[in-house]
Amino acid sequence: MSADREAILSRVRGALAPLHQRAALPDWDNELIHMRSLRGDVDAWTLFQNRMKLVNGLSLEGAPALVAWLAENNWTRGYCDPVLWPRLQAAFQSGFTVETTFDRTRIDDYQFGITRAAGAVAETGTLILTDGTTSSRLAALTPWAHIAVLERSDIYLDLQHAVTALANDPNIVFCTGPSKTADVEGILIEGVHGPGQQVALLI
Amino acid sequence: MKFQAIDQFAANLKPSTQAAVYDGSKKGYDARTKTLFDHFEDPNRLRRVAGEIKQHVVENLDTYLPQVEAKLQANGVIVHWAATAEAANQTVLDIMRARNAKKMVKSKTMVSEETELARFLDKNGVECVETDLGEFIIQIDGDHPSHLVKPIIHKNRRDIATSFEKHGLGAYNDDPQTITQRARVHLRKKYLEADVALTGANFISAESGRLVLVTNEGNSRFCLAAAKTHIAMVGIEKILPRDRDLALLLNLLARSGTGQQLTVYTEFITGPKSAAQPDGPEEMHVIFVDNGRTDVLASECRDILRCIRCGACLNVCPVYRQASGHAYRSVYPGPVGAVLTPLLAGKKFPEFADLPKASSLCGACNEVCPVNIPIPDLLLRLRNKGKEEHVPSPGTPPMGPWALLATQPTVWKSALVGGKIINHLPTKLLPIPALRAWENKHSLPEWKGGDFRKWMRNRPSKPTTS
Ligand code: SF4
Repeated sequence: MSADREAILSRVRGALAPLHQRAALPDWDNELIHMRSLRGDVDAWTLFQNRMKLVNGLSLEGAPALVAWLAENNWTRGYCDPVLWPRLQAAFQSGFTVETTFDRTRIDDYQFGITRAAGAVAETGTLILTDGTTSSRLAALTPWAHIAVLERSDIYLDLQHAVTALANDPNIVFCTGPSKTADVEGILIEGVHGPGQQVALLI
Repeated sequence: MKFQAIDQFAANLKPSTQAAVYDGSKKGYDARTKTLFDHFEDPNRLRRVAGEIKQHVVENLDTYLPQVEAKLQANGVIVHWAATAEAANQTVLDIMRARNAKKMVKSKTMVSEETELARFLDKNGVECVETDLGEFIIQIDGDHPSHLVKPIIHKNRRDIATSFEKHGLGAYNDDPQTITQRARVHLRKKYLEADVALTGANFISAESGRLVLVTNEGNSRFCLAAAKTHIAMVGIEKILPRDRDLALLLNLLARSGTGQQLTVYTEFITGPKSAAQPDGPEEMHVIFVDNGRTDVLASECRDILRCIRCGACLNVCPVYRQASGHAYRSVYPGPVGAVLTPLLAGKKFPEFADLPKASSLCGACNEVCPVNIPIPDLLLRLRNKGKEEHVPSPGTPPMGPWALLATQPTVWKSALVGGKIINHLPTKLLPIPALRAWENKHSLPEWKGGDFRKWMRNRPSKPTTS
């Protein structure tokens, strides 16, 4: 609709023509959005862990801890990114069924999905997923538990740093805790359309 | 007596609905204040800067719109323009027909509420499913949202359980966990069957063409993981100049709306999926929608175009809390709606001219607004417009006697003293309908007029120091 394009742009120009002066673009300093009394002396991973707990997320260190947690919840069927699987496989005892291709015709068969995180934001407890690092968008979203595998060096301190370092990637998702709603009488319920458990696994 | 439309709605509201709206909005406001002031040294500075950035965008849309269009195209996005609601809906339908697409999943977008897209598609044989839990419930009920971020703030769990039962989503059960679980199961199938996913955009960066979507439920993520075509309907005012401005606005949006530091999911989308990714859209369309925005831009009230739809002004507004969202009879309720609705209505302005008057101008909306919109000033400008266009104003008491009193000091003085008589009058019988209506719900305090003057006269001329 190029007629509509011209119509809109000419109306915009017409509406702005009478303005003697246009509002200038303010510059602002990163300090403006600095979150106070958060950082202390802790390292980025510890801060990330603390903040993730506040949004009902879970952080784990090492594959054995993950396997123990899955076993405890009796979640034995899942998906793992084929690139990660060789590094994690040894920790999974028998009794687990882990697939490395995700079949969208039976999404409810997967109780957990393991994919890579592109990074994390410490101050908000946020995991960063990208198309480039996520082997399947559906596998990172539809199972009840999503495990994002994170490297220590990929943790940004704050949102400002993470946003200005956004990858050149068509689909970047910041995940801050499990999927949730408060639509029904303001009561918090987790696991609406996405994972009811969001896990960060440091390896 | 005859009320203005909004007052009539408020008067007819069920007490249970009013209580639900009051509690829901108060909760939002309390959480907002806590997170903002806990986290930032001076949250008001953030609001001011964010307001300046958005005002700059609004006043420079003539440069930003072509700039963002070029960016999007360079990223592989197909850009469309729609001057009216009809054009926007038709563009969506044309895209779908060209692909022989019959099913759409839709995440919450206010601009598609404006254009009534779901109804339009339904009439044209396209299944269009709302996926946000609240919007889904609104859709099966044939209802309208009553809040910008909590669309079913006016419903309680029993209402919802009843409609789930009616629509075959299981036997009556009003446990919120069960309700959510049932919606989860039902909607999963819909996502996987859909040909097209429709979203809005919270922001779009002119620097990179990144389109930002925020949700808590993850419905827009699911839409963009399952469907092969992505259409985003975007109001022309959604632009931010630079990527770093996204960080500032994201820091404000969720804190202002729901008191969260960030919504659970913040998605940055620049185009179709990457080649190696098995899931997600192979093509992406952005439709820039005007639908009255250029009229707002040409008006004295263009500041309202800064709005980022956070809902904070609704939560804090004493009028919204009493009247609920449906009293505003449009997509945008609360203080933002009282400004935007009459303006977007174009020729139908008189129908909504009551909205700017339903405010005590207390200024709370301005104080909480993350982009610092001077809503009370804008309301005054619209009242003035109503007056100049001679829009009738039922229920407003005549101001003539007041003007007489206020301009004549001697008359004023004797009225103050004589006012004591009101303490002895049955005010319910006074022949002023507006006063009688007010008296139904309130009682007058005892008249003490004139005492201040006496106190002032007897006061020592200099403050005493001890
Ligand atoms: S006017 Fe301000 S407070 Fe109200 S919804 Fe818009 S951005 Fe939020």
